[in-house]
Amino acid sequence: MNKDEALEYLRIGHLPTVWCPGCGNGIVLKAMLEAIKNLGLQKSNIAVVSGIGCSSRATGYIDFNTMHTLHGRAIAFATGVKLARPDLKVIVITGDGDAMAIGGNHFIHACRRNMDLTIIVYNNNIYGMTGGQYSPTTPFGDKATTAPYGNLEKPFDIVEMAKTAGATYIARATTYHYMLMVKYIQKAIAHEGTSVIDAITQCPTYYGRYNKSSDAPGMMQYFKDNSINVEKAKTLSQEELAGKIIIGEFVEVQKSGYVSEYAKLRERLKVGS
Amino acid sequence: MGEKFVVMQGDEACARGAILAGCRFFAGYPITPATDIAEVMAAKLPKVGGTFIQMEDEIASASAIIGASLAGVKSMTATSGPGFSLMQEAIGYASMTETPVVFVDVQRTGPSTGFPTKTAQGDIMQSRWGTHGDHAIIVLYPSTVEEIYRYIVTAFNFSEIYRTPVIFLMDETIGHLRESFYLPDPEEFTIVERVTSSSVDQNTIYQPFLEESELDDEIQPLVPMGDTRFHISGLFHDESGFPVGNADEASKLVKHFVNKINLHIDEILIYDSYMIEDAEYLIIAYGSTARSAYRALKLARANGIKAGLFKPITIWPFPANPLRKILSNINGIVVAEMNMGQFAREVMRINKKSIPMETVLREDGELIQPYAIVEALTRISSEHEE
Repeated sequence: MNKDEALEYLRIGHLPTVWCPGCGNGIVLKAMLEAIKNLGLQKSNIAVVSGIGCSSRATGYIDFNTMHTLHGRAIAFATGVKLARPDLKVIVITGDGDAMAIGGNHFIHACRRNMDLTIIVYNNNIYGMTGGQYSPTTPFGDKATTAPYGNLEKPFDIVEMAKTAGATYIARATTYHYMLMVKYIQKAIAHEGTSVIDAITQCPTYYGRYNKSSDAPGMMQYFKDNSINVEKAKTLSQEELAGKIIIGEFVEVQKSGYVSEYAKLRERLKVGS
Repeated sequence: MGEKFVVMQGDEACARGAILAGCRFFAGYPITPATDIAEVMAAKLPKVGGTFIQMEDEIASASAIIGASLAGVKSMTATSGPGFSLMQEAIGYASMTETPVVFVDVQRTGPSTGFPTKTAQGDIMQSRWGTHGDHAIIVLYPSTVEEIYRYIVTAFNFSEIYRTPVIFLMDETIGHLRESFYLPDPEEFTIVERVTSSSVDQNTIYQPFLEESELDDEIQPLVPMGDTRFHISGLFHDESGFPVGNADEASKLVKHFVNKINLHIDEILIYDSYMIEDAEYLIIAYGSTARSAYRALKLARANGIKAGLFKPITIWPFPANPLRKILSNINGIVVAEMNMGQFAREVMRINKKSIPMETVLREDGELIQPYAIVEALTRISSEHEE
């Protein structure tokens, strides 16, 4: 997608973004716009709902039906939007803190219901907006402003969480693997039921600076060097996989969800009356 | 279609009235004594083209109804104290985004888990100030099953007209009460419908928060998302809905929230008064306590005390002006409520002439009995005679 094509989907008057130089959020956002373009969807037929945090500010910059909601609650708001307007494609933009900590309950229950939503988790392993506190995906031992001696908690694996909770399309890519990111988001939006994208993105300002690298190319190089495709990963031992980012598609199944079941219920009651 | 004589439970009347008002989306979480509302909604909504969902908690329920309303469907949730506490942040979001939604709170005894199955009126102040920051809110509180059926429609209408969350307070007593009444003909009701995109100028960009000034009483109608593209945020925002960072814009917005309610207070205040024409002593009571107060009024009159009763339906905004008018001829006030004096404090605030005042309060989950109010009336009237 060239620049002019991207601009078609942006609210140019509201740029620049609040994101720091080198932040990966713009890459994930562009991948979503390219996926939407490839699918040929009308802007008015898409609702994008976000929570609170750096990534959730994305909704202000894109020209769809957009809702910047409460911390952790984007999925719950999006559930209301989808049930009120099943004809809309509803996409949730959320972060690792937003989706996995304060909003963890909504995340697992949306997956369980197979609610027809695409949830894109911008996963940078840190709370960026509030200044670098550790999140539920910060690796054990890594540093953050609230973990100055290293993180004492074990992280969540978003893919495993989504799988266990019942999501029906799950994929992971990093900002280095842009083309994969586009492909997965495209499949996620086209998918009926809960689709989850664990979008690994860099925060050089906080997470990178305390841990991996304080510059964006360095972080992306890290993603490149440490990513392993899910198929290859199956052939490796736990030791060999330590510290690696497993990318690829993890789940892709067709199952009915709340939206289609509710439509069936209405029909059934009509017949009965 | 004529009137039909029915026996109905308060919670059921709330659900059926809401559907009459056009509510087509309900998200809720089980909690006593409000669960019956969800049960009726679960049974009835799919039959009228609506949608019911039982969410994972009250926070999710409150969030889902705001999402559904922004997408153009009239929406409601129902809960009780602990759940109402969890919903407060979302109520603020609905205020900030001027989204019409109705929150029903069937009060039970608190704080905390308290007495889940017993009655109370302890959420008067929480319904007004529960969410953080300055805002205005409309709170209605019926006292009979028929009033529940009628005023839940008003609650939806107010939320649409003023683009605001409306809190519909009930209490365990009236929520679980089964009462007979003539079911009003639906034709009797005015239903305020949501505008659609066809009613807005398609040649201009839709600005969901357009308002001329903080004193302008025009409220921009809310067009459903999906009909026209716009942005909604809980941040301070400009007329187009996008975040702003300056003090003037913030001040203008907060004043607009407050003024849009205050400027229409005469249309919003609903109240009943009984035997106040020659009254020397006034009982003030609402919700299920107003029922005891009505009995107390009759008993006091039989004892020769010229009592009257003021029963507000609109609790917030506070009915200051109508009350002031009545108080100008009153020698003593008795406020009865099932809390430690939340509404009484507001009455005191406008009682500038320091008319003698007594309170009859209960915070233990038990109803206020008429004789307790009669005793207070007797005391206050005999003190006045001396």
